[in-house]
Amino acid sequence: MARFRVCPDAGFYFDKSAESLMKVNAVAGVVSLLVAGIMAVGVILTRWQEVHLLPADLFYQALTLHGINALIFWIIFFEIAILYFASSTLLRCRLAAPRWAWFGFLLMVIGAVMNNVAVFQGKSSVMMTSYAPMQAEPHFYLGLILFAVGALIGCFVFLGTLVLAKDDKTYEGSVPLVTFGALTACIIAVFTIASGAIILIPTYLWSIGYINHIDAEMYRLVWWGMGHSSQQINVAAHVSIWYLLAGILFGARPMSEKVSRGAFLLYILFLQLASAHHILVDPGISSEWKVFNTSYAMYLAVLASMIHGLTVPGSMEVAQRAKGLTKGLFEWLRKAPWSNPVFSGFFFSLIIFGFIGGITGVVMGTEQINLIIHNTIYVPAHFHATVAVGTTLAFMALTYLLIPVLFRRELFLPQIAKLQPYVFSAGMTLMILFMLGAGTLGVSRRHWDMDFTGAALSFEYPGTAYVMMAIAGIGGVLAIVGGAMYVIVTVGSLVLGKKLDASAGLLQSFGLSLSPGNYNVEIAEPLLMAPKLTVEEHGSAGFEAPGTFVLAMALLVCFVVYYFINWDYLASVWPLS
Amino acid sequence: MTSFLPPSERIWWKVPVGKQELVWIGIALVWCLFMFFMMPYWHLYGKQNLSNEAYQTTPAKFQARVDAMVEQFKVGEEAGMPVVRPPAGSDVYMLGRLWQWYPILELQKDQSYRLHLSSMDWQHGFSLQPVNINLQIVPGYEMVLTVTPDQAGEFAVVCNEFCGIGHHTMLGKISVMEN
Ligand code: HEM
Ligand SMILES: [Cu+2]
Ligand SMILES: [Cu+2]
Repeated sequence: MARFRVCPDAGFYFDKSAESLMKVNAVAGVVSLLVAGIMAVGVILTRWQEVHLLPADLFYQALTLHGINALIFWIIFFEIAILYFASSTLLRCRLAAPRWAWFGFLLMVIGAVMNNVAVFQGKSSVMMTSYAPMQAEPHFYLGLILFAVGALIGCFVFLGTLVLAKDDKTYEGSVPLVTFGALTACIIAVFTIASGAIILIPTYLWSIGYINHIDAEMYRLVWWGMGHSSQQINVAAHVSIWYLLAGILFGARPMSEKVSRGAFLLYILFLQLASAHHILVDPGISSEWKVFNTSYAMYLAVLASMIHGLTVPGSMEVAQRAKGLTKGLFEWLRKAPWSNPVFSGFFFSLIIFGFIGGITGVVMGTEQINLIIHNTIYVPAHFHATVAVGTTLAFMALTYLLIPVLFRRELFLPQIAKLQPYVFSAGMTLMILFMLGAGTLGVSRRHWDMDFTGAALSFEYPGTAYVMMAIAGIGGVLAIVGGAMYVIVTVGSLVLGKKLDASAGLLQSFGLSLSPGNYNVEIAEPLLMAPKLTVEEHGSAGFEAPGTFVLAMALLVCFVVYYFINWDYLASVWPLS
Repeated sequence: MTSFLPPSERIWWKVPVGKQELVWIGIALVWCLFMFFMMPYWHLYGKQNLSNEAYQTTPAKFQARVDAMVEQFKVGEEAGMPVVRPPAGSDVYMLGRLWQWYPILELQKDQSYRLHLSSMDWQHGFSLQPVNINLQIVPGYEMVLTVTPDQAGEFAVVCNEFCGIGHHTMLGKISVMEN
């Protein structure tokens, strides 16, 4: 019984069961993103004070659904698909324990549905953080627990596949960088889910009355052990996707395997427990711990991201220069395939993640500066730059690549796909920048009414805060349009897209295998090491990628300036000690 | 083409790193160290730091201390809430509960107070506006910090941690008087 299909366009080897699992996980992810996007309409149009669409109860319900479906379900379903791709497909190895993988998927679906049902029923509008002692219904927590167990099974299937590939010698030398990055994400995920279990299982028992008290500060500490490191999974995953896309689009090779892998290793070593930057203004946590935990004495994880920030575009620049695009500093970038959404999505994800998400994250994670930022709308602005653009847009770009390769369909409405990364990035950037501004003026997050209607006392935000939230509202609507374009192209391709294989029918789009004739390879050709490079120098003064270096220095300048602006702002508020 | 293929060198960790990466890693490392040292530096020389003084407490205990302060220093009432003017330099208390910050405090400019904060029920967010100082208020914990208001005027305490359906009505007040 042959098991592999070789993609005629890309040359990837798809194991039959891995292929189906990747499809169903990716589809489940897109469905979650759709739910999150519909809820985003209610959220953003309510925060736009002049529109103020939803009543308070529906707003908090929509916000809970938005956060959980976007941050947890969409991203993690898609990440499981990526784990299977990075192990089975990239290593040309059959998937270990496909039955377990299906069981894990089933648990994730049951968990996601159960949790959504709980929130839709209306008594679990507790936000994704579900801070004790505010209590949701038991099936809210149970859904999350089942989902996490399912994801954990997916992680073990990935690890098992790596072991299989090694035993069966399906590849020469070491695993590819992209697989290494996925392994990083997976290791962090295992730790994350362990923290999640430590906090969610007792919380579940408390919600059904078995435990009568959950310490609220302990909850925050452990919850953020999960909540923070899960963001590190996303970073490791989308950085791996950046490397993958640079490789596929430009034939880019990492500038240095050692540096890129070393940077992934820093993620594993230095981010597991860095939960303190979420609790910088909490009672009972010492400054020594906060300073040490947010920085591990020298911000090594930030360093790792700064390294990837150089090596990803750098590898692309080197590859472009080798093709003769050597004029000036930026010909390699100007002549990039800007109308290919795989490229534009990847590149905007990289730039917005680095320039906005990275800088704001480090600034607000500084112990004292957090005083002027904690729980303002600045915080969601920051993480939309990291997860909603960095991670989500990278995954969207990958989708455009996978539709022909994995699903064997042509892109539906390619013109829309071409514009999609532009619309989504423009909308998001507008929303993010103005929410950062409004947050600086003190507008709070998770807040239904800037006018405080019904309060016994009164307070008025400055007029500029309203203007900023309105512009953020316009940006948000544009981002939702961009998100809808993605869903239309993706679902449209799966249902109506031109078939690249006669057997790629509707059911095949949603998980079934293609006709048996496609799977005609019993044992894959072993994956050879990349060809050696004949050294050629294209940069200047020993700098292989001078344009990237200039971009990196621009990032550093923005970073330094913005960092000091915030200290200056902090110095102007009431003295505290 | 090596990002998704095995590295072209079997012993990839012995391949020398290019100059550009080394320079960048050096610059980034210096910046990261600098940012780390900024935090302890600010503890020594900056004026906005949390003392991290905190105690475990219970809603009943904390409420009793708030009530004692209100009884002793109440000077009036506003919107059904007592207005309290404690002496400069003293311990002042404010509690968060669904959905109010209690009581209203009157402080004097450029005087220091030991402000005690806690919650009676769920988590709340103490967000002093328009100054923009934000603190997490957690039930069972009493946070103590020394504040020195350096502006006169009326300031609002917005709740910025979601605390249920009335969250947006949870406003408190601190007035600061010129000396
Ligand atoms: C499609 C366009 C989107 C818009 C217009 C949008 C808008 C918003 C806004 C305005 C908030 C803050 C509301 C508040 O705190 O009062 C928010 C919260 C949030 N968003 Fe989005 N968002 C979008 C997409 C995404 C995506 C793609 C992700 C993640 C992958 C995401 C993840 C989150 C999370 C985790 C929260 C926090 C929820 C909470 O506070 O519990 N959003 N969104
Ligand atoms: Cu509150
Ligand atoms: Cu509140």
